[in-house]
Amino acid sequence: MTRLVYDGTFEGLLTAVYEIYERKLTTVKLEKGEYNINGLFENLIQVTTNEVRAIRVLNGLKQKLSPIGIQRLYIAHLAGIENDDDTIVSFIRYAFDYNRNIEDDYGNKHVLRISKVVGMMRREKHRMEAFVRFQKLKDKTYYAAIQPDFNVLPLLIKHFKNRYADQKWIIYDIKREYGLYYDLHDAEFISLEFSSVKGANNVMAAFSEDEEIYQHLWKNYFNSVNIPARKNTKLHLRHIPKRYWKHLTEKI
Amino acid sequence: MIEARITEKLNILADAAKYDVSCASSGSKRKNENKGLGNASNGICHSYTEDGRCVSLLKILLTNHCIFDCAYCVSRKTNDIKRAAFTVQEVVDLTINFYRRNYIEGLFLSSGIFKDADYTMERLVRIAKKLRTEHNFNGYIHLKSIPGASDELTREAGLYADRLSVNLEMPTEAGLKLLAPDKNRQDMIDPMAFLNKEIIQRTEEKKLFKKAPMFAPAGQSTQVIIGATPENDNQILQTANYFYKNFNLKRVYYSGYVPVLADKRLPALNTSVPMVRENRLYQADWLLRNYGFKVDEIVNNQQPLLDLDIDPKLGWAIRNMQAFPVDINKADLQMILRVPGIGVQSAQKIVRARKFAKLNWDQLKKIGVAINRAKYFIICKSNEFERRDLTGTNIKQFILAESKSKYLKDVTTQLSIF
Repeated sequence: MTRLVYDGTFEGLLTAVYEIYERKLTTVKLEKGEYNINGLFENLIQVTTNEVRAIRVLNGLKQKLSPIGIQRLYIAHLAGIENDDDTIVSFIRYAFDYNRNIEDDYGNKHVLRISKVVGMMRREKHRMEAFVRFQKLKDKTYYAAIQPDFNVLPLLIKHFKNRYADQKWIIYDIKREYGLYYDLHDAEFISLEFSSVKGANNVMAAFSEDEEIYQHLWKNYFNSVNIPARKNTKLHLRHIPKRYWKHLTEKI
Repeated sequence: MIEARITEKLNILADAAKYDVSCASSGSKRKNENKGLGNASNGICHSYTEDGRCVSLLKILLTNHCIFDCAYCVSRKTNDIKRAAFTVQEVVDLTINFYRRNYIEGLFLSSGIFKDADYTMERLVRIAKKLRTEHNFNGYIHLKSIPGASDELTREAGLYADRLSVNLEMPTEAGLKLLAPDKNRQDMIDPMAFLNKEIIQRTEEKKLFKKAPMFAPAGQSTQVIIGATPENDNQILQTANYFYKNFNLKRVYYSGYVPVLADKRLPALNTSVPMVRENRLYQADWLLRNYGFKVDEIVNNQQPLLDLDIDPKLGWAIRNMQAFPVDINKADLQMILRVPGIGVQSAQKIVRARKFAKLNWDQLKKIGVAINRAKYFIICKSNEFERRDLTGTNIKQFILAESKSKYLKDVTTQLSIF
């Protein structure tokens, strides 16, 4: 078995695929991070991300997969789940080795696993589209902190940009310490300096005048629409798991 | 304090609106093309109440003052409750400010009838118009069509709203006469028929002229209350089917009656909400809309009630054992959809995947098929399959024995209190 150490980017992963074919490797294992020699006799290759090589692999994939199929690989990689880099590589090798598009071959374990991971990512993205709670700041920027299970922020740009085109907003991923800022024209990635992690979650000092009123009204509304005779805690928790509560105005 | 007054109004008018179960914010295709606020497309549930229901729209009544005296309704005129009414501006401000904070997908506005139908409808339309024209609001708007309102107002409502709905309230005319003597079923059907005609016509226009305005792009829906009157499931589902077929409704909602009022025509106050029955009706409704079932296959005069123990799809399967076993690797999609334990997504995956190679039990399980139910009804690439000649009743017993009903658990938790 050969271990391939790469930088964790999608380009890096595609470069690793290039190396696998170039060196005619059979069994491989991908690892993110620094080049580190632990055992003397190990087969270990450091992959240096190379745009030209990555694009060659990508162009090859375009011959074999639909544009959506390629995007799904990118999304699966964004999930950053341990060992699933190997699934992505196996998927790509299967796609290259087979003479027709294999995206729908759910009997294949790699294809099925990618489909599961993409499903998990879509679900988390959809949850964020639902659970983001903006708080209006004094400068009329709407600010929201999130802590999604996966790195879905890049997948949120389109939705929030289309929807909130006439207000400035920030969505900040506290866990991964970066955010999205929309300035009425474009959305860009930013990172903010907070005095502590708690700071990212607590911006009350900067609230606009009417912010607390609407938070109060929303909490009241949320309680008023509940029908106690139909109480169903299990269902409630399945829809909004507790880990999301700390950013939900109505559940704080 | 203005703030305290708005809070009180919101509490009263949200509380009074909550028995309308419709919450959908999907089915529209309104885009944010004017760089305004919001869009309406796929529907998002922004929160869930403790009863597990989705909160998608700001669902309120404009007022709970009402000239009608419907026995099942908290807002009926003889009920001694606090009354309130929003101003047009208050509803607009709440909608915009909730929307900007990503609390909601839009507004669901209904109302008690004050003065008369047109007077009430005119105010609902005015709010929608103001949101669209003065605030560039492209979020979702669901308006109630008030029975008896003029065609002119109903047409104007369609120009601003994404969805319109008239509630049938009771599944049959007899039920309505019993509990809502002031109301007339024809008054509810007329606006539905008018809107249906108008939607079809506008859709044709839009095909010819891209610039033609949208008209209720998310269509019409309705609601019937379940368990307040003695109609059986056959009557309820036949009614739903009739309206799906003849009025192109997008959805029929079934609202299990919550006993809120003492009235000798109604179930007693301590009666529990018929949640299992409501759930079975929704499952049956899904089979009609997404699984290609005909209503008579699910309920009919010989089989007027849905089985509360098992879901209607399993019910159909065990009554029709001659249709099984289905060969997963050969049968067409429509038949695979009829197998208990296989949903729409799994069925589609199966027909795509089998083009590459025949599927076995392990693969079916990983694709998402509930094998514990499906195993009695299918064969696949394996020598193992159900060889016993089981009757439908046997299968039902086996499945019930190994699955724990979510509702059965509810019962045990209630008993353990004592």
